[in-house]
Amino acid sequence: MGKTLFEKLWDEHTVTRLDDGSDLIYIDRVFLHERTGSIALKSIEADGRKVRDESQVFCTMDHIVDTFPGRSDETLMPSGKDFIQTTRQAAKDAGINLFDLHDERQGIVHVVSPEQGIAQPGVTLVCPDSHTCTEGAVGALAWGIGSTEAEHAMVTKTLRVKKPKTMFVRYDGELGPGVTAKDMILHLIGTYGASGGSGYAIEFGGEAVRELPMEARFTLCNMAVEFAAFLGLVAPDDITFDYVKGRPYAPKGENWDKALAYWKNLRTDDDATFDAEIIIDCADISPTITWGTSPQHTAPISGVVPDPATAKDANARKAMERALEYMDVNPGTPLQSLEIDAAFIGSCTNARISDLRAAAAILKGRHVKDGVKAIVVPGSTLVKKAAEAEGLDQVFTDAGFEWRESGCSMCFFAGGEHMGFQERVVSTTNRNFESRQGPETRTHLASPIVVAASAVTGHITDPRDMMD
Amino acid sequence: MEKFVEHIGVAAPLLRINIDTDAIIPSREMKRVSKQGLGEGLFAGWRYQEPGSRDLNPEFVLNRPEYKDTSILLSGDNFGCGSSREHAVWALDEYGIRSIVAPSFGAIFYNNCIRNGLLPIVLDDSVIQDLAAQVEADPQSKKLRINLTDKVLTAPDGKTHSFDIEDSHREMLLEGLDVIGLTLRHESEINAFQARDRERRPWIYQSV
Repeated sequence: MGKTLFEKLWDEHTVTRLDDGSDLIYIDRVFLHERTGSIALKSIEADGRKVRDESQVFCTMDHIVDTFPGRSDETLMPSGKDFIQTTRQAAKDAGINLFDLHDERQGIVHVVSPEQGIAQPGVTLVCPDSHTCTEGAVGALAWGIGSTEAEHAMVTKTLRVKKPKTMFVRYDGELGPGVTAKDMILHLIGTYGASGGSGYAIEFGGEAVRELPMEARFTLCNMAVEFAAFLGLVAPDDITFDYVKGRPYAPKGENWDKALAYWKNLRTDDDATFDAEIIIDCADISPTITWGTSPQHTAPISGVVPDPATAKDANARKAMERALEYMDVNPGTPLQSLEIDAAFIGSCTNARISDLRAAAAILKGRHVKDGVKAIVVPGSTLVKKAAEAEGLDQVFTDAGFEWRESGCSMCFFAGGEHMGFQERVVSTTNRNFESRQGPETRTHLASPIVVAASAVTGHITDPRDMMD
Repeated sequence: MEKFVEHIGVAAPLLRINIDTDAIIPSREMKRVSKQGLGEGLFAGWRYQEPGSRDLNPEFVLNRPEYKDTSILLSGDNFGCGSSREHAVWALDEYGIRSIVAPSFGAIFYNNCIRNGLLPIVLDDSVIQDLAAQVEADPQSKKLRINLTDKVLTAPDGKTHSFDIEDSHREMLLEGLDVIGLTLRHESEINAFQARDRERRPWIYQSV
């Protein structure tokens, strides 16, 4: 019987099957950031151990760094400087690759990793960061781990992992106008719940996925972890190969030809079976937004805040009731009537050049509503430069957005800058958890075009009304 | 790493689904490059009156006198979802939590527990609801007993509930093993794999 793509890659990276039933998986590459990587590197040193293969370990500064123009090691977050400087020193001591604060390769780890060609088809890549599943979009096995596991990966070049089950999520048909990869993944989580993918390695496929440009595939895979999946991936194809080719860490010369020949076999066999399968008709997906405090609390943007009476069980109902109170919304209220205090475009989910272009297309010739705080944070320094070369920064600033340096920024509140106490924010990020973006901040997750359109009107807005 | 063999302790119900690691330890409470000093920030957003303050919220379960010395949490589906931050486990550990009982866990959080000597136990929601009801009657006397050797949780009413855990995880907790040390016993196999892989996938090893 045939194998799924996941099984092929798993088997090819299995060093040995351990006595206890888990597998010793060979880890090609490790990525770190200053928030959790610093602890892992320090801990390795304290234990008198060494990074086994420092040329395959990478680190960037994204979580704690400020995003204001002219930034330095000083941060609004108290003690942020300690994280940055400890990481810098630990990275130098360990001899790993560091994309430091003022290096043009700096940026959000999950944007930088594929941008540099470090994440490429067929590799295993881990990072002490849950959104590492993003990189599965190039056909890699990429997953988030803890700091202790990162130590294990760096010292032994392996991880001990029990093989997860497999799931295929197939998106049939075509996406309608204004419907994006963000809406595809929010729709999935909203329909099947935030623990719907628990225990599974998920392959995303179907004609709609095959049609997605590379950057949209990152958005899709990015939120696999919000579905509780072990990882998400998309089989590589010509779109992937075109994306990878020529990047700094991409295979070169003769190696490119060898790699390409290998990559072309990286797909699920026709007679392979998955442990579970979900089929979604893209005709059922609207521009989608969250109303509550879990990524499963979604609704079509043209819809209303749902009634907890419709919850599938008592636990879900209680969670919905708590979310309604936290978000200060009522069942039956049209989502588009909700006035916003802020708009945020950024994060490893939606801050690539195509995201910025889509938002800028809405904002061109328009202006942010008075009183709405609007911020755009490019996903990497190279994304920022590319955007500036196209004049997108001008479009954003003319429209009343702040234009920032790259970093994770206000995707989460680390004690420094935040979106404001109890402020209502429409955000391109991935988590609407309580107080995620600031103390009691009320986050609505959506696509870049929804955020742009909402910033203009000052209330949650269907972007289709503003698209040419 | 502290071994986990048997534990008897006060259990506190925190019966919400999807409790994320941002709730377990908000990012603003991760102040130093350290695994220590995090217990105070545990559940900070719920435990204290105002963000950043240390004025206790008397309503929060762990602040109530009857739940003094809680070492077991009873919770809902998908506990520990969200951010990979191991600080969540370090904070629970420092506070004194030894085990969490939930219908399911975030995958990264689950592994982080195992690596730090905390026991995540998966039981049906209906069992957890029943345990919570028993405990609530008098938390200080209605303790739970957890035996990892036999993989059994004993309720205050004496009823026993078997739970599943992978053998590898059970062994690591029982023995408090240094996992890196264990894996390094396979170093020759890792070396051999790498040598074969260099031939098979040379592009992975090319210098930039």
